[in-house]
Amino acid sequence: SKYVFFYVSSWIYTSISYCCYFPSVQTKSKKTLARPGVKNIVLVEGVRTPFLLSGTTYADLMPHDLARAALQGLLHRTGLPKDAVDYIIYGTVIQEVKTSNVAREAALGAGFSDKIPAHTVTMACISSNQAMTSAVGLIAAGQCDAVVAGGVEFMSDVPIRHSRKMRKTMLSLNKAKTLGQRLSLIGSIRLAHLSPELPAVAEFSTAETMGHSADRLAAAFGVSRVEQDEFALRSHTLAKKAQDAGLLQDVISFKVPGRDIVSKDNGIRPSSMEQMGKLKAAFVKPHGTVTAANSSFLTDGASAVLVMSEEKALAMGYKPKAYLRDFVYVSQDPKDQLLLGPTYGTPKVLERAGLSMSDIDVFEFHEAFAGQIMANLKAMDSDWFGQTYLGRKSKVGTPPMEKFNLWGGSLSLGHPFGATGCRLVTTVAHRLQKEGGQYGLVAACAAGGQGHAMVIEAYPQ
Amino acid sequence: MAGVRALGASLSGSDTIILSLFIFPSLFLARTHVNYEVKGDVAVVRINDPTSKVNTLSVQMQTEMAEVMNEVWANNAVQSAVLISSKPGCFIAGADINMIQACNNAEEVTKLSQEGQKMFEKIEKSPKPIVAAINGSCLGGGLEVGLPSAFDMMLTGRNIRADKAKKMGLVDQLVDPLGPGLKSPEERTIDYLEEVAIEYAKGIVNKKIPLRKEKGTMQSKLCYYIMSFELVRNQIYKTVHGKVMKQSKGLYPAPLKIIECVKTGVEQGPTAGYLAESQNFGQLAKTPESAALIGLYHGQVACKKNRFGTPQREVKTLAILGAGLMGAGIAQVTVDKGVHTVLKDTTLTGLSRGEQQVYKGLNDKTKKKNITSFQRDSILSNLTGQLDYSGFENADMVIEAVFEDINIKHAVIKEVEAVVSPHCIFASNTSALPIKDIAAASKRPDKVIGMHYFSPVDKMQLLEIITTEQTSKDTTASAVAVGLKQGKVIIVVGDGPGFYTTRCLAPMLAEAVRVLQEGTDPKKLDALTTGFGFPVGAATLADEVGIDVAAHVAEDLGKAFGSRFGGGNVEVLKTMVDLGFKGRKSGKGCYVYQPGLKVKEVNPEIGEILEKYKMTPNPAVSSDSDVQYRLVSRFVNEAVLCLQEGILNGPLEGDIGAVFGLGFPPCLGGPFRFVDTLGADKLVEKMRRFEAVYGNQFTPCQLLLDHAKDSSKKFHK
Repeated sequence: SKYVFFYVSSWIYTSISYCCYFPSVQTKSKKTLARPGVKNIVLVEGVRTPFLLSGTTYADLMPHDLARAALQGLLHRTGLPKDAVDYIIYGTVIQEVKTSNVAREAALGAGFSDKIPAHTVTMACISSNQAMTSAVGLIAAGQCDAVVAGGVEFMSDVPIRHSRKMRKTMLSLNKAKTLGQRLSLIGSIRLAHLSPELPAVAEFSTAETMGHSADRLAAAFGVSRVEQDEFALRSHTLAKKAQDAGLLQDVISFKVPGRDIVSKDNGIRPSSMEQMGKLKAAFVKPHGTVTAANSSFLTDGASAVLVMSEEKALAMGYKPKAYLRDFVYVSQDPKDQLLLGPTYGTPKVLERAGLSMSDIDVFEFHEAFAGQIMANLKAMDSDWFGQTYLGRKSKVGTPPMEKFNLWGGSLSLGHPFGATGCRLVTTVAHRLQKEGGQYGLVAACAAGGQGHAMVIEAYPQ
Repeated sequence: MAGVRALGASLSGSDTIILSLFIFPSLFLARTHVNYEVKGDVAVVRINDPTSKVNTLSVQMQTEMAEVMNEVWANNAVQSAVLISSKPGCFIAGADINMIQACNNAEEVTKLSQEGQKMFEKIEKSPKPIVAAINGSCLGGGLEVGLPSAFDMMLTGRNIRADKAKKMGLVDQLVDPLGPGLKSPEERTIDYLEEVAIEYAKGIVNKKIPLRKEKGTMQSKLCYYIMSFELVRNQIYKTVHGKVMKQSKGLYPAPLKIIECVKTGVEQGPTAGYLAESQNFGQLAKTPESAALIGLYHGQVACKKNRFGTPQREVKTLAILGAGLMGAGIAQVTVDKGVHTVLKDTTLTGLSRGEQQVYKGLNDKTKKKNITSFQRDSILSNLTGQLDYSGFENADMVIEAVFEDINIKHAVIKEVEAVVSPHCIFASNTSALPIKDIAAASKRPDKVIGMHYFSPVDKMQLLEIITTEQTSKDTTASAVAVGLKQGKVIIVVGDGPGFYTTRCLAPMLAEAVRVLQEGTDPKKLDALTTGFGFPVGAATLADEVGIDVAAHVAEDLGKAFGSRFGGGNVEVLKTMVDLGFKGRKSGKGCYVYQPGLKVKEVNPEIGEILEKYKMTPNPAVSSDSDVQYRLVSRFVNEAVLCLQEGILNGPLEGDIGAVFGLGFPPCLGGPFRFVDTLGADKLVEKMRRFEAVYGNQFTPCQLLLDHAKDSSKKFHK
């Protein structure tokens, strides 16, 4: 009841403040999500390198190079003193074995003080969401005041390993003491030992590739090929518009050593329904519906955000962009519900925040596959699914498309696995500012059948 | 054929086939099993037997199918058809056994078979392309496979996984099962399969999808070429025939008839082949072997039900004492059923061996791709291995599989009762000790029951449950429920030395020892028993069971039943045990076992023992056939005596127990059906002859004599 009172009073307060002091701005009379005893944590700034198709301009770099570029971009944009942060956390998925704690390698190279600890987290496509929420946790617990979180993914080069048998032989070779032992080990190598192990975007637990699972998911929800192509086309079209209009302010320019300055995402390619319709199914052949054109592509890129307690940000003279409010992680069956994270996460986080779907002004959902987004929308629109799998009385309800991923999404902007989360949060903050909304919602699915959702509140302008 | 294409969706590893045919909208349909609906220009023909969980090829099904197909062909708006079942997980399970049983003679069955053939022939020759959309179990139809692999399927009736079927060319396209969407996974998968099948059917009509792969592999071309030589074909028939004879000993007529039909079809053309098939099918259906196997089928179904009702409490935690072969085997069949399984042993070495056995069982399934490594690991997370009784207060049932010694059993039951909760059931996996003797040490004899598993537990289907007069009905219901969960076929028998199964086996083994003492070689003994239809020869069986166990049982039951259980000298077995010849587990028994070697040689050292206890055979009762009947008649007589004494609930459970637990020849259908088929009088006559030489071991029991006196008395109606 204490909370209720607080909500009511703060609702009245904000209503009054909006109505009375800013009557000309198109605002909604909504309460703030601040709670007594819970620290206000803010997003001060968010940046990212341009997201590029893997194998293009970034091809010769290493992951920490990209992460370093994002960190430098953040420093540059915020003017943050290099010793002013308490901690650095990065998310990544495919690890370069030489830089397994890529956060530390990138931070050192970006010129941060070597007194700032850094660690790397991994949670598939929501790795940088995990980096951000870890930062929120450190600040909420009073351990830190300012944390840099980010994410990086570099698909132009991935670790390809020798076969297990070859590795075993090579490791035994290290221990061999006599020439005879060495020769007999070398002699034991067979042609088959030389075939390498390639990493695949496949579930380890089910051995199913993500595209295959997405195709089955789309089929389970009766998502047609046309629906998927239309959604993909929408993503590319909106991304192009946003890029042309200069709305993608989070993108920094990056001088790639030995190459030109890169300042734009290069995967945005609005096509036509006819052209997209010509493509063959990429995973479930030949009758599948997921194609190269309605899937996100392999991307190189890095992102970074500066997260602070509100007092610290204000004390340092920053004007925060948004509050990072409630968040949830969810997980479900990695085989048949691999990519349904948003459906599970959305109602849960809304409930935590005491909001309903209609309260949200800005939606940013991670677009792994057009079929996956459409399946999630259909799941949220289904009473049967809500009752059977979410334990609800009725459906979750779907986000209105006029508020949904308006500046493009992972399908068009690209999806560097570890870096996408920060892009989503920063985009919500920027859209809230631009569109004058108060609440934004981020939701994403991830390998392992996991998912994440977060509510973001605009910082009063 | 205009083209039958098959699409398969595999569900949880089992192959189910769904056929669907298309139906023109008709308001006056009286059909119940087959219906159709026209979607665009594709007829979707749906099969659904409303009276059963599975679709079978019943008369009704065949008639309606023919009607529907005729309508489909007559309908100008239809270009192609899709055959699909409305039952998730079952296309057509096979012919209707009851329908075959209902026939009075071979001619009626032949007629049924011909009607079935006609239906299939019609579908095969359809002027409009038909796509068979299969989801779940589907009876084999080796349509376009090469002869050798077709033989394999027809003869063994083995199951083929969907991906394998695709590789073999049995199906053209696989459709993955779907997870939950806007409907349940099962419903949506069927819809999806239908949608894909319709697209295929349209594609075939539009010539976008080629009907047959133009390019055969080099291998298959070569295969067809070679097959065009009569000499080669004859060689194949001969090889297959030889293999069948070796495996079936000629006791099962069907495989030989199948070869005959294929041969007729290949050499004299399809018409002659179909005729041979239907005629042979008719004859086979009315053989005693058919009656025996159908009887076993019905018996098995009956023994998969819990006639004691639902127990008050579900067993959620099962503790097993002793991680030996049996204990670990019981853990193996329990842990993958979602039951928390505790495996307790007294030594770390024993426990480690047992846990490894459970792991290996699951890992072998992983290697065969029946389960994923994650399923394996997650199943194993239900297993706890330990050396003490900690946590036993949570156990709903404890099964002991410790050494067969009444004193040890008594010690164990007291230890267990000191720690478990009042509702916990104590089950003993003893193979011969009377349960009431074990229960004598219990404070709560109503909670004590016998659960006799057979080795290897994961392979042997039978579970013999033994109740004493004090065992409560709920305890029995709970034991049966656990057994059913473990996938067992269950017989519930009364208490007594050796219960039912061990009691039947003991006299046969005693006779086997006598046969050895009379100078018959173990290999010859094995040949005689397998020649009668036992899957494992008597000497090998003794090695498998363990000579020490056999000696133990022979001595115990000998004490309990006296001279009737005599015959061979128990000292033979005891001497073998003293010399360390305990059977397969010790590397030596009747045979010598060497790891990696498949061929086993007779243990030369038992020659001396047998020489020492040599008996002189009586030529009047020592022909091969007499030796076989000496072995079998003692088994059968003891079984009938068990029924007479009320140890057995009925002849059906007696047959199931003997076949599934002891390997009594399946083609004979069990001891009781064997008596019915052979005639009790004939058996009694033989036994009297043996009785004259050996005495009371061959005295027929009263019930057998009653049946011999009145030939209208049958165990199975």
